[in-house]
Amino acid sequence: MTIGLHHYLAVAAILFTIGVFGIFVNRKNVIVILMSIELILLAVNINLVAFSVYLHNVVGQIFAMFVLTVAAAEAAVGLAILVTFFRNRGDIAVDDASMMKG
Amino acid sequence: MALLAIAFYVLAAVTVASAFAVVSARNPVHSVLFLILSFFSAAGLFVLLGAEFLAMLLVVVYVGAVAVLFLFVVMMLDVDFAQLRQGFARYMPLGGLVAGVLAVEMIVVSASVATHGAAGRNDAAFVATDVTNAESIGRVLYTDYVYFFQAAGLVLLVAMIGAIVLTLRHKPGVRRQVIADQVARNPRTGMRVVAIKSGEGIGE
Repeated sequence: MTIGLHHYLAVAAILFTIGVFGIFVNRKNVIVILMSIELILLAVNINLVAFSVYLHNVVGQIFAMFVLTVAAAEAAVGLAILVTFFRNRGDIAVDDASMMKG
Repeated sequence: MALLAIAFYVLAAVTVASAFAVVSARNPVHSVLFLILSFFSAAGLFVLLGAEFLAMLLVVVYVGAVAVLFLFVVMMLDVDFAQLRQGFARYMPLGGLVAGVLAVEMIVVSASVATHGAAGRNDAAFVATDVTNAESIGRVLYTDYVYFFQAAGLVLLVAMIGAIVLTLRHKPGVRRQVIADQVARNPRTGMRVVAIKSGEGIGE
């Protein structure tokens, strides 16, 4: 009944997979795609922290902090781009986002 | 120890279930709320692992900032979300297949890594030391990784400026303060001496 490293790794793996699945099935909805990316980064964080604790090395947790920083920055910029896109088009369907195509 | 296992299984189940609800909910507002729940129970998993500082950071940064940002954007944009979901059933089989294969592979690999790899030697998760988790992070973060710490701050600054630049817009009809014009004003341009005849007042 003892909880080992592989339990945490399995949870992280399932979370990562759900994130990938979310990107697959919600191909039109950018907001859900961004949330799926957040889930994927959370899975990576769980992996980093689990390894950090079981290897008795605190560097993994510091790396997880940096991942958290980048995830927050990415969410802010992504949502800002989304708001600008919505203002220009009146819609957020990703399929139509081909304005930059020559 | 059994209590720890129960807590782990409950938190893991809530994390995974709410993560699935994030990607499958019909209403994006519900998605965001489930995302908050997922992050909250992941923070609980971090506490179980003994990484309290990161757990609190997750709650503050994600539940307090990122999820609320998502909530604002979802509520602010007036989008027909039912129309955005129309490909859901079509991509479901392929997505499920890829996700299933990926999950099986990753679980198999992680199980073998956990038992045979570098982590296989250590079985004790909790190291009883006299320093707290936050202190041990701080001792490494502010010494060996101080440049990375500053770089992370720079990334956040760039993201903040980028988000402001992207979303800020000036309305055409609004008069704004131009400080250069104000500073460049002198008595010759800002003042006019008019000779007024007695009893007539200023014309025009």
